[in-house]
Amino acid sequence: MEIKAGKLVDPCSTQITKTGAWRTFVPVVDHKECIKCNLCEIFCPEGCIHQVSSKDVDALLKYGYKPDQISSLPKDDILFVPDLNYCKGCSVCAHECPRKAIEMFLEEK
Amino acid sequence: MSQKMSSQAYADKPARSANMKVVEGSYAVAHAVMCCLPDVISAYPITPQTHIVEHLSQMVADGELDSEFLTVDSEFSALSVLVGASAAGARSYSSTTSQGLALMYEVLYNVSGMRLPIVMNVANRALSAPLNIWNDQQDSIGARDVGWLQIYVEDVQEAVDATLQAYKIAEDPAIRTPIMVCMDGYILTHVYEPVELLDKELSREFLPPFQPENILDPSDPKTFGAFADPTTYTEFRYLQFEAQQKALGTIEKVAKEFEETFGRYYGGLVDSYRAEDAEIVIVTMGSVIGTIKDAIDAKRAEGKKVGLVKVRSYRPFPVQALRKTLKDASVIAVLEKDVAIGGEAGLLTDLKAALYNSSIRTPIIGFTAGLGGRDITIKDIRKIVEKADAARKKIESEFEFLDLRMEIL
Repeated sequence: MEIKAGKLVDPCSTQITKTGAWRTFVPVVDHKECIKCNLCEIFCPEGCIHQVSSKDVDALLKYGYKPDQISSLPKDDILFVPDLNYCKGCSVCAHECPRKAIEMFLEEK
Repeated sequence: MSQKMSSQAYADKPARSANMKVVEGSYAVAHAVMCCLPDVISAYPITPQTHIVEHLSQMVADGELDSEFLTVDSEFSALSVLVGASAAGARSYSSTTSQGLALMYEVLYNVSGMRLPIVMNVANRALSAPLNIWNDQQDSIGARDVGWLQIYVEDVQEAVDATLQAYKIAEDPAIRTPIMVCMDGYILTHVYEPVELLDKELSREFLPPFQPENILDPSDPKTFGAFADPTTYTEFRYLQFEAQQKALGTIEKVAKEFEETFGRYYGGLVDSYRAEDAEIVIVTMGSVIGTIKDAIDAKRAEGKKVGLVKVRSYRPFPVQALRKTLKDASVIAVLEKDVAIGGEAGLLTDLKAALYNSSIRTPIIGFTAGLGGRDITIKDIRKIVEKADAARKKIESEFEFLDLRMEIL
Protein backbone atom coordinates (compact mmCIF):
# COMPACT_ATOMS: atom_id res chain seq x y z
CA MET A 1 0.00 0.00 0.00
CA GLU A 2 1.49 3.30 -1.07
CA ILE A 3 0.58 6.36 0.96
CA LYS A 4 -0.27 9.79 -0.46
CA ALA A 5 0.97 12.98 1.22
CA GLY A 6 -1.70 14.68 3.30
CA LYS A 7 -3.39 11.29 3.88
CA LEU A 8 -5.35 11.65 0.69
CA VAL A 9 -7.64 8.67 0.19
CA ASP A 10 -10.47 7.47 -2.02
CA PRO A 11 -13.93 6.82 -0.53
CA CYS A 12 -14.50 3.86 1.84
CA SER A 13 -11.04 4.11 3.37
CA THR A 14 -12.41 3.03 6.74
CA GLN A 15 -13.20 -0.38 5.24
CA ILE A 16 -9.62 -0.75 4.11
CA THR A 17 -8.21 0.20 7.50
CA LYS A 18 -8.70 -2.79 9.79
CA THR A 19 -9.37 -1.36 13.24
CA GLY A 20 -9.88 -4.70 15.01
CA ALA A 21 -6.20 -4.64 16.04
CA TRP A 22 -7.12 -2.23 18.89
CA ARG A 23 -9.00 -5.06 20.67
CA THR A 24 -7.94 -6.48 24.02
CA PHE A 25 -10.96 -8.74 24.68
CA VAL A 26 -12.67 -10.81 22.02
CA PRO A 27 -16.39 -11.78 22.09
CA VAL A 28 -17.19 -15.48 21.69
CA VAL A 29 -20.83 -16.35 20.91
CA ASP A 30 -22.41 -19.52 22.24
CA HIS A 31 -24.67 -20.14 19.24
CA LYS A 32 -26.61 -22.91 21.06
CA GLU A 33 -27.69 -20.41 23.75
CA CYS A 34 -28.50 -17.66 21.23
CA ILE A 35 -32.26 -16.98 20.80
CA LYS A 36 -31.80 -14.69 17.73
CA CYS A 37 -33.21 -11.65 19.59
CA ASN A 38 -31.05 -9.31 17.49
CA LEU A 39 -30.01 -7.11 20.44
CA CYS A 40 -26.25 -7.59 19.95
CA GLU A 41 -26.53 -6.54 16.31
CA ILE A 42 -28.58 -3.47 17.25
CA PHE A 43 -26.36 -2.33 20.11
CA CYS A 44 -22.96 -2.96 18.52
CA PRO A 45 -21.47 0.58 18.28
CA GLU A 46 -19.32 -0.48 15.32
CA GLY A 47 -22.22 -2.11 13.45
CA CYS A 48 -20.02 -5.12 12.94
CA ILE A 49 -22.23 -7.99 14.15
CA HIS A 50 -23.76 -9.66 11.14
CA GLN A 51 -26.36 -12.39 10.52
CA VAL A 52 -24.65 -15.16 8.60
CA SER A 53 -25.80 -18.56 7.42
CA SER A 54 -23.69 -21.29 9.01
CA LYS A 55 -23.26 -22.66 5.47
CA ASP A 56 -21.61 -19.44 4.32
CA VAL A 57 -18.05 -20.55 5.06
CA ASP A 58 -16.49 -17.68 3.08
CA ALA A 59 -18.22 -15.04 5.21
CA LEU A 60 -17.29 -16.81 8.43
CA LEU A 61 -13.65 -16.99 7.38
CA LYS A 62 -13.74 -13.31 6.40
CA TYR A 63 -15.12 -12.33 9.81
CA GLY A 64 -12.31 -14.11 11.59
CA TYR A 65 -13.52 -17.70 12.25
CA LYS A 66 -10.94 -20.42 11.94
CA PRO A 67 -11.77 -23.57 9.87
CA ASP A 68 -11.86 -25.86 12.93
CA GLN A 69 -14.27 -23.48 14.70
CA ILE A 70 -16.58 -23.48 11.69
CA SER A 71 -16.89 -27.28 11.71
CA SER A 72 -18.18 -27.21 15.29
CA LEU A 73 -20.89 -24.61 14.57
CA PRO A 74 -24.62 -25.60 14.45
CA LYS A 75 -25.58 -26.78 10.98
CA ASP A 76 -28.19 -25.03 8.87
CA ASP A 77 -28.73 -22.07 11.16
CA ILE A 78 -28.56 -18.26 11.05
CA LEU A 79 -25.70 -17.10 13.30
CA PHE A 80 -24.95 -13.71 14.82
CA VAL A 81 -21.26 -13.23 14.13
CA PRO A 82 -18.94 -10.33 15.11
CA ASP A 83 -16.63 -9.20 12.31
CA LEU A 84 -13.27 -9.42 14.06
CA ASN A 85 -11.63 -7.15 11.46
CA TYR A 86 -13.45 -4.22 13.07
CA CYS A 87 -14.65 -5.43 16.51
CA LYS A 88 -12.82 -3.42 19.19
CA GLY A 89 -13.83 -5.67 22.07
CA CYS A 90 -15.99 -3.10 23.87
CA SER A 91 -18.23 -5.82 25.45
CA VAL A 92 -21.49 -4.01 24.72
CA CYS A 93 -22.88 -7.12 22.96
CA ALA A 94 -22.00 -9.35 25.91
CA HIS A 95 -23.57 -6.84 28.31
CA GLU A 96 -26.81 -6.61 26.32
CA CYS A 97 -27.27 -10.33 25.58
CA PRO A 98 -30.32 -11.47 27.63
CA ARG A 99 -29.12 -15.09 27.60
CA LYS A 100 -25.51 -14.28 28.52
CA ALA A 101 -24.59 -16.18 25.37
CA ILE A 102 -21.66 -13.90 24.58
CA GLU A 103 -18.54 -14.14 26.69
CA MET A 104 -15.46 -11.92 26.50
CA PHE A 105 -12.02 -13.55 26.52
CA LEU A 106 -8.61 -11.91 26.79
CA GLU A 107 -7.17 -12.20 23.32
CA GLU A 108 -3.57 -13.27 23.09
CA LYS A 109 -1.70 -12.13 19.99
CA MET B 1 27.96 37.63 1.22
CA SER B 2 28.32 40.71 3.41
CA GLN B 3 27.04 44.07 2.22
CA LYS B 4 24.35 42.27 0.23
CA MET B 5 21.78 44.09 2.30
CA SER B 6 22.98 47.37 0.83
CA SER B 7 21.12 45.96 -2.17
CA GLN B 8 23.07 46.10 -5.36
CA ALA B 9 19.80 45.81 -7.25
CA TYR B 10 18.57 49.18 -6.00
CA ALA B 11 21.75 50.89 -7.14
CA ASP B 12 21.48 49.25 -10.56
CA LYS B 13 17.94 50.43 -11.12
CA PRO B 14 17.54 54.03 -10.00
CA ALA B 15 14.23 54.17 -11.82
CA ARG B 16 12.78 51.87 -9.18
CA SER B 17 12.79 54.53 -6.51
CA ALA B 18 10.38 56.53 -8.68
CA ASN B 19 7.79 53.79 -8.10
CA MET B 20 8.14 53.91 -4.35
CA LYS B 21 5.21 55.01 -2.25
CA VAL B 22 5.09 55.93 1.41
CA VAL B 23 2.46 53.57 2.80
CA GLU B 24 1.60 51.81 6.01
CA GLY B 25 3.20 48.37 6.42
CA SER B 26 -0.20 46.71 6.69
CA TYR B 27 -1.37 48.31 3.46
CA ALA B 28 1.79 47.23 1.67
CA VAL B 29 1.24 43.63 2.78
CA ALA B 30 -2.47 43.74 1.86
CA HIS B 31 -1.48 45.06 -1.57
CA ALA B 32 1.01 42.20 -1.94
CA VAL B 33 -1.72 39.70 -1.03
CA MET B 34 -3.95 41.29 -3.67
CA CYS B 35 -1.22 40.75 -6.25
CA CYS B 36 -1.15 37.04 -5.30
CA LEU B 37 -4.81 36.82 -6.39
CA PRO B 38 -6.12 34.67 -3.52
CA ASP B 39 -9.48 33.01 -4.16
CA VAL B 40 -10.52 32.91 -0.51
CA ILE B 41 -9.54 35.13 2.42
CA SER B 42 -10.74 34.45 5.93
CA ALA B 43 -9.53 36.20 9.05
CA TYR B 44 -10.62 37.52 12.42
CA PRO B 45 -9.43 41.00 13.34
CA ILE B 46 -6.88 41.21 16.16
CA THR B 47 -4.39 43.95 16.97
CA PRO B 48 -1.83 44.51 15.41
CA GLN B 49 -2.94 42.43 12.41
CA THR B 50 -6.30 44.23 11.94
CA HIS B 51 -5.21 46.74 9.31
CA ILE B 52 -3.97 44.03 6.94
CA VAL B 53 -7.35 42.33 6.73
CA GLU B 54 -9.25 45.63 6.86
CA HIS B 55 -7.42 46.76 3.75
CA LEU B 56 -8.10 43.42 2.06
CA SER B 57 -11.78 43.60 2.96
CA GLN B 58 -11.88 47.08 1.42
CA MET B 59 -10.15 45.89 -1.74
CA VAL B 60 -12.74 43.11 -2.13
CA ALA B 61 -15.63 45.53 -1.43
CA ASP B 62 -14.25 48.01 -3.97
CA GLY B 63 -13.98 45.32 -6.63
CA GLU B 64 -10.22 45.79 -6.76
CA LEU B 65 -9.69 42.17 -5.72
CA ASP B 66 -11.90 39.30 -6.90
CA SER B 67 -11.82 37.12 -3.78
CA GLU B 68 -14.29 35.53 -1.42
CA PHE B 69 -13.77 37.35 1.91
CA LEU B 70 -15.31 35.33 4.72
CA THR B 71 -15.93 36.96 8.08
CA VAL B 72 -16.02 34.44 10.91
CA ASP B 73 -16.49 34.21 14.68
CA SER B 74 -12.90 33.37 15.64
CA GLU B 75 -9.41 32.54 14.40
CA PHE B 76 -10.23 28.87 14.84
CA SER B 77 -13.02 29.26 12.29
CA ALA B 78 -10.94 31.50 10.03
CA LEU B 79 -8.29 28.87 9.49
CA SER B 80 -10.85 26.04 9.41
CA VAL B 81 -12.63 27.84 6.54
CA LEU B 82 -9.35 27.87 4.66
CA VAL B 83 -8.81 24.14 5.21
CA GLY B 84 -11.95 23.51 3.17
CA ALA B 85 -11.19 26.24 0.66
CA SER B 86 -7.63 25.13 0.04
CA ALA B 87 -8.62 21.46 -0.22
CA ALA B 88 -11.20 22.51 -2.82
CA GLY B 89 -8.40 24.07 -4.86
CA ALA B 90 -8.65 27.73 -3.81
CA ARG B 91 -5.57 29.85 -3.17
CA SER B 92 -6.19 30.82 0.45
CA TYR B 93 -4.96 33.57 2.75
CA SER B 94 -5.23 34.52 6.39
CA SER B 95 -3.42 36.71 8.86
CA THR B 96 -3.32 36.70 12.64
CA THR B 97 -1.19 37.25 15.73
CA SER B 98 -0.64 36.26 19.35
CA GLN B 99 -3.87 34.97 20.99
CA GLY B 100 -5.37 34.45 17.55
CA LEU B 101 -2.52 32.18 16.52
CA ALA B 102 -2.85 30.34 19.83
CA LEU B 103 -6.55 29.79 19.15
CA MET B 104 -5.67 28.36 15.71
CA TYR B 105 -3.28 25.83 17.18
CA GLU B 106 -5.29 22.68 16.47
CA VAL B 107 -6.03 23.79 12.91
CA LEU B 108 -2.37 24.65 12.24
CA TYR B 109 -1.56 20.93 12.47
CA ASN B 110 -4.53 20.03 10.27
CA VAL B 111 -3.38 22.43 7.56
CA SER B 112 0.20 21.16 7.51
CA GLY B 113 -0.84 17.51 7.92
CA MET B 114 -3.23 17.77 4.97
CA ARG B 115 -0.45 19.52 3.03
CA LEU B 116 -2.52 22.61 2.20
CA PRO B 117 -0.34 25.47 0.93
CA ILE B 118 -2.02 28.30 2.86
CA VAL B 119 -0.08 31.54 3.37
CA MET B 120 -0.55 33.51 6.57
CA ASN B 121 1.06 36.73 7.74
CA VAL B 122 1.73 36.67 11.47
CA ALA B 123 2.00 40.18 12.91
CA ASN B 124 4.18 39.11 15.84
CA ARG B 125 2.86 40.06 19.27
CA ALA B 126 3.29 39.04 22.91
CA LEU B 127 0.98 36.53 24.60
CA SER B 128 -1.13 36.87 27.73
CA ALA B 129 -0.90 36.73 30.74
CA PRO B 130 0.02 39.41 31.71
CA LEU B 131 -2.07 41.09 29.04
CA ASN B 132 0.14 42.84 26.53
CA ILE B 133 -0.51 43.79 22.93
CA TRP B 134 2.98 44.98 21.98
CA ASN B 135 5.50 43.26 19.77
CA ASP B 136 7.66 40.25 20.45
CA GLN B 137 7.96 36.87 18.69
CA GLN B 138 6.75 34.43 21.33
CA ASP B 139 3.62 33.64 19.29
CA SER B 140 5.16 32.21 16.13
CA ILE B 141 8.25 30.78 17.86
CA GLY B 142 5.81 28.88 20.07
CA ALA B 143 4.32 27.41 16.89
CA ARG B 144 7.65 26.33 15.46
CA ASP B 145 6.85 22.60 15.51
CA VAL B 146 3.42 22.67 13.85
CA GLY B 147 4.79 21.75 10.44
CA TRP B 148 4.50 25.19 8.81
CA LEU B 149 7.38 26.94 7.12
CA GLN B 150 8.33 30.20 8.83
CA ILE B 151 10.01 33.20 7.21
CA TYR B 152 10.97 36.19 9.39
CA VAL B 153 11.26 39.55 7.66
CA GLU B 154 13.28 42.62 8.45
CA ASP B 155 11.33 45.49 6.95
CA VAL B 156 8.10 46.28 5.14
CA GLN B 157 9.58 45.79 1.68
CA GLU B 158 10.75 42.33 2.64
CA ALA B 159 7.31 41.53 4.13
CA VAL B 160 5.74 42.46 0.78
CA ASP B 161 8.22 40.46 -1.26
CA ALA B 162 8.23 37.46 1.09
CA THR B 163 4.43 37.21 0.86
CA LEU B 164 4.58 36.74 -2.93
CA GLN B 165 7.52 34.36 -2.59
CA ALA B 166 5.62 32.42 0.08
CA TYR B 167 2.88 31.28 -2.31
CA LYS B 168 5.44 30.11 -4.84
CA ILE B 169 7.30 28.11 -2.19
CA ALA B 170 4.18 26.69 -0.53
CA GLU B 171 2.44 25.67 -3.76
CA ASP B 172 5.49 23.94 -5.26
CA PRO B 173 4.26 20.36 -5.84
CA ALA B 174 7.32 18.96 -4.06
CA ILE B 175 6.72 21.15 -0.98
CA ARG B 176 2.93 21.56 -0.49
CA THR B 177 3.40 23.02 2.96
CA PRO B 178 1.79 26.12 4.52
CA ILE B 179 3.90 29.19 5.37
CA MET B 180 3.83 31.86 8.02
CA VAL B 181 5.40 35.13 6.94
CA CYS B 182 6.31 36.62 10.32
CA MET B 183 6.60 40.39 10.64
CA ASP B 184 7.02 42.34 13.85
CA GLY B 185 3.70 43.81 15.00
CA TYR B 186 3.50 47.66 15.05
CA ILE B 187 7.18 48.05 14.15
CA LEU B 188 6.39 46.77 10.65
CA THR B 189 2.59 46.64 10.48
CA HIS B 190 1.98 50.23 11.58
CA VAL B 191 5.06 52.01 10.28
CA TYR B 192 4.85 54.26 7.23
CA GLU B 193 7.89 53.87 5.03
CA PRO B 194 8.77 54.03 1.35
CA VAL B 195 7.85 50.75 -0.33
CA GLU B 196 7.89 49.62 -3.89
CA LEU B 197 4.47 48.02 -4.21
CA LEU B 198 4.29 44.88 -6.32
CA ASP B 199 3.37 45.16 -9.96
CA LYS B 200 0.24 43.11 -10.65
CA GLU B 201 1.34 41.86 -14.07
CA LEU B 202 4.85 40.95 -12.93
CA SER B 203 3.40 39.16 -9.92
CA ARG B 204 1.11 37.13 -12.17
CA GLU B 205 4.07 36.11 -14.29
CA PHE B 206 6.11 35.23 -11.23
CA LEU B 207 3.39 33.21 -9.49
CA PRO B 208 1.61 30.66 -11.67
CA PRO B 209 -2.04 29.80 -10.88
CA PHE B 210 -2.67 27.34 -8.04
CA GLN B 211 -3.29 23.99 -9.73
CA PRO B 212 -3.22 21.20 -7.15
CA GLU B 213 -3.13 17.60 -8.37
CA ASN B 214 -5.97 16.55 -6.05
CA ILE B 215 -8.91 18.62 -4.87
CA LEU B 216 -12.22 18.05 -3.10
CA ASP B 217 -14.60 17.39 -5.97
CA PRO B 218 -18.03 15.69 -5.65
CA SER B 219 -17.60 14.04 -9.04
CA ASP B 220 -14.35 12.40 -7.91
CA PRO B 221 -14.71 12.07 -4.14
CA LYS B 222 -11.62 12.00 -1.93
CA THR B 223 -10.86 12.41 1.75
CA PHE B 224 -8.04 14.66 3.01
CA GLY B 225 -6.36 13.89 6.31
CA ALA B 226 -8.11 10.58 6.87
CA PHE B 227 -7.40 8.22 9.75
CA ALA B 228 -3.89 6.76 9.89
CA ASP B 229 -3.16 4.01 12.40
CA PRO B 230 0.26 3.25 13.93
CA THR B 231 1.32 1.33 10.83
CA THR B 232 1.35 4.46 8.61
CA TYR B 233 1.24 7.62 10.80
CA THR B 234 5.04 7.83 11.10
CA GLU B 235 5.41 7.82 7.32
CA PHE B 236 3.06 10.79 6.94
CA ARG B 237 5.16 12.78 9.42
CA TYR B 238 8.27 11.69 7.53
CA LEU B 239 6.82 13.02 4.27
CA GLN B 240 6.27 16.41 5.95
CA PHE B 241 9.80 16.34 7.34
CA GLU B 242 11.18 15.51 3.90
CA ALA B 243 9.17 18.31 2.25
CA GLN B 244 10.60 20.86 4.74
CA GLN B 245 14.12 19.64 3.95
CA LYS B 246 13.39 20.08 0.24
CA ALA B 247 12.06 23.56 1.00
CA LEU B 248 15.61 24.60 2.00
CA GLY B 249 16.46 24.53 -1.70
CA THR B 250 13.13 25.92 -2.88
CA ILE B 251 13.35 28.98 -0.62
CA GLU B 252 16.78 29.80 -2.09
CA LYS B 253 15.57 29.15 -5.63
CA VAL B 254 12.44 31.29 -5.29
CA ALA B 255 14.45 34.14 -3.72
CA LYS B 256 16.75 34.11 -6.76
CA GLU B 257 13.83 33.96 -9.20
CA PHE B 258 12.30 36.90 -7.36
CA GLU B 259 15.54 38.84 -7.76
CA GLU B 260 15.54 38.15 -11.50
CA THR B 261 11.99 39.47 -11.88
CA PHE B 262 11.88 42.26 -9.30
CA GLY B 263 15.53 43.08 -8.63
CA ARG B 264 15.39 42.63 -4.86
CA TYR B 265 17.15 39.96 -2.81
CA TYR B 266 17.30 39.41 0.93
CA GLY B 267 19.26 36.21 1.08
CA GLY B 268 17.40 32.94 0.77
CA LEU B 269 17.70 31.08 4.05
CA VAL B 270 20.12 33.40 5.80
CA ASP B 271 21.76 36.73 5.06
CA SER B 272 24.62 38.60 6.62
CA TYR B 273 25.93 42.08 7.17
CA ARG B 274 29.65 42.81 7.52
CA ALA B 275 30.06 39.22 8.69
CA GLU B 276 32.83 38.13 6.30
CA ASP B 277 35.73 39.03 8.56
CA ALA B 278 33.69 39.45 11.76
CA GLU B 279 34.95 37.99 15.02
CA ILE B 280 31.83 38.79 17.02
CA VAL B 281 28.70 37.71 15.16
CA ILE B 282 25.16 38.54 16.27
CA VAL B 283 22.48 36.11 15.05
CA THR B 284 18.88 37.30 15.03
CA MET B 285 15.56 37.56 13.15
CA GLY B 286 13.10 40.32 12.31
CA SER B 287 12.93 44.10 12.49
CA VAL B 288 15.62 44.57 15.16
CA ILE B 289 18.17 44.04 12.39
CA GLY B 290 18.04 47.72 11.36
CA THR B 291 19.14 48.80 14.84
CA ILE B 292 21.85 46.15 14.92
CA LYS B 293 23.26 47.32 11.58
CA ASP B 294 23.63 50.84 12.94
CA ALA B 295 25.29 49.51 16.08
CA ILE B 296 27.64 47.40 13.95
CA ASP B 297 28.62 50.40 11.84
CA ALA B 298 29.46 52.31 15.05
CA LYS B 299 31.45 49.39 16.47
CA ARG B 300 33.31 48.95 13.18
CA ALA B 301 34.28 52.62 13.29
CA GLU B 302 35.79 51.89 16.71
CA GLY B 303 37.77 49.04 15.14
CA LYS B 304 35.71 46.14 16.52
CA LYS B 305 35.08 43.37 14.00
CA VAL B 306 31.37 42.88 14.56
CA GLY B 307 28.95 41.36 12.05
CA LEU B 308 25.38 40.12 11.74
CA VAL B 309 23.78 36.93 10.50
CA LYS B 310 20.09 37.13 9.82
CA VAL B 311 18.01 33.97 9.95
CA ARG B 312 15.31 34.42 7.35
CA SER B 313 13.99 30.87 7.28
CA TYR B 314 13.45 29.58 10.81
CA ARG B 315 11.47 26.55 9.58
CA PRO B 316 13.07 24.75 7.89
CA PHE B 317 16.06 25.59 10.07
CA PRO B 318 19.01 26.22 7.73
CA VAL B 319 21.63 24.08 9.48
CA GLN B 320 24.16 23.87 6.63
CA ALA B 321 23.82 27.53 5.64
CA LEU B 322 24.43 28.61 9.25
CA ARG B 323 27.43 26.31 9.64
CA LYS B 324 28.91 27.82 6.49
CA THR B 325 28.20 31.42 7.48
CA LEU B 326 29.36 31.09 11.08
CA LYS B 327 32.44 28.92 10.61
CA ASP B 328 34.97 31.75 11.06
CA ALA B 329 33.34 33.61 13.95
CA SER B 330 35.21 33.60 17.25
CA VAL B 331 32.08 34.20 19.34
CA ILE B 332 28.33 34.12 18.56
CA ALA B 333 25.63 36.09 20.35
CA VAL B 334 21.99 35.20 19.66
CA LEU B 335 19.40 37.92 20.19
CA GLU B 336 15.73 37.04 20.06
CA LYS B 337 12.31 38.29 21.11
CA ASP B 338 11.07 35.07 22.67
CA VAL B 339 11.77 32.87 25.64
CA ALA B 340 11.28 29.15 26.11
CA ILE B 341 10.38 29.24 29.78
CA GLY B 342 12.04 26.26 31.43
CA GLY B 343 14.57 26.05 28.61
CA GLU B 344 16.36 28.93 26.92
CA ALA B 345 14.93 30.38 23.71
CA GLY B 346 14.02 29.04 20.28
CA LEU B 347 16.74 30.41 18.02
CA LEU B 348 19.50 29.90 20.60
CA THR B 349 18.59 26.27 21.22
CA ASP B 350 18.23 25.49 17.52
CA LEU B 351 21.50 27.20 16.63
CA LYS B 352 23.43 25.35 19.32
CA ALA B 353 21.92 22.08 18.09
CA ALA B 354 22.84 22.94 14.51
CA LEU B 355 26.50 23.51 15.36
CA TYR B 356 27.00 20.72 17.89
CA ASN B 357 27.93 17.94 15.44
CA SER B 358 30.03 20.23 13.25
CA SER B 359 33.67 21.18 13.67
CA ILE B 360 32.63 24.65 14.91
CA ARG B 361 33.48 25.00 18.59
CA THR B 362 32.70 28.70 18.88
CA PRO B 363 31.21 29.87 22.18
CA ILE B 364 27.53 30.82 21.87
CA ILE B 365 25.63 33.05 24.28
CA GLY B 366 21.99 34.03 24.05
CA PHE B 367 19.82 36.99 25.00
CA THR B 368 16.08 37.39 25.17
CA ALA B 369 15.07 41.01 24.68
CA GLY B 370 12.22 43.15 23.49
CA LEU B 371 9.57 41.07 25.26
CA GLY B 372 6.15 42.67 25.41
CA GLY B 373 7.31 45.52 23.21
CA ARG B 374 10.29 46.82 25.18
CA ASP B 375 12.56 48.77 22.83
CA ILE B 376 15.87 47.26 21.86
CA THR B 377 18.28 50.17 21.51
CA ILE B 378 21.77 50.64 20.12
CA LYS B 379 22.94 50.79 23.75
CA ASP B 380 21.52 47.29 24.27
CA ILE B 381 23.34 46.00 21.21
CA ARG B 382 26.59 47.53 22.48
CA LYS B 383 26.04 45.67 25.77
CA ILE B 384 25.60 42.40 23.86
CA VAL B 385 28.79 43.01 21.89
CA GLU B 386 30.71 43.66 25.12
CA LYS B 387 29.37 40.52 26.77
CA ALA B 388 30.13 38.48 23.65
CA ASP B 389 33.64 39.88 23.59
CA ALA B 390 34.16 38.76 27.19
CA ALA B 391 32.65 35.34 26.45
CA ARG B 392 35.54 34.56 24.10
CA LYS B 393 37.66 33.98 27.20
CA LYS B 394 34.99 32.75 29.60
CA ILE B 395 31.21 32.36 29.36
CA GLU B 396 29.72 34.09 32.40
CA SER B 397 26.14 33.39 31.42
CA GLU B 398 24.94 31.13 28.60
CA PHE B 399 21.53 32.74 28.39
CA GLU B 400 20.13 35.86 29.97
CA PHE B 401 17.31 38.37 29.95
CA LEU B 402 18.83 41.52 28.51
CA ASP B 403 18.18 44.78 30.29
CA LEU B 404 16.42 43.10 33.22
CA ARG B 405 15.06 45.69 35.68
CA MET B 406 16.50 44.28 38.89
CA GLU B 407 15.17 47.25 40.89
CA ILE B 408 11.53 46.13 40.55
CA LEU B 409 12.09 42.45 41.21
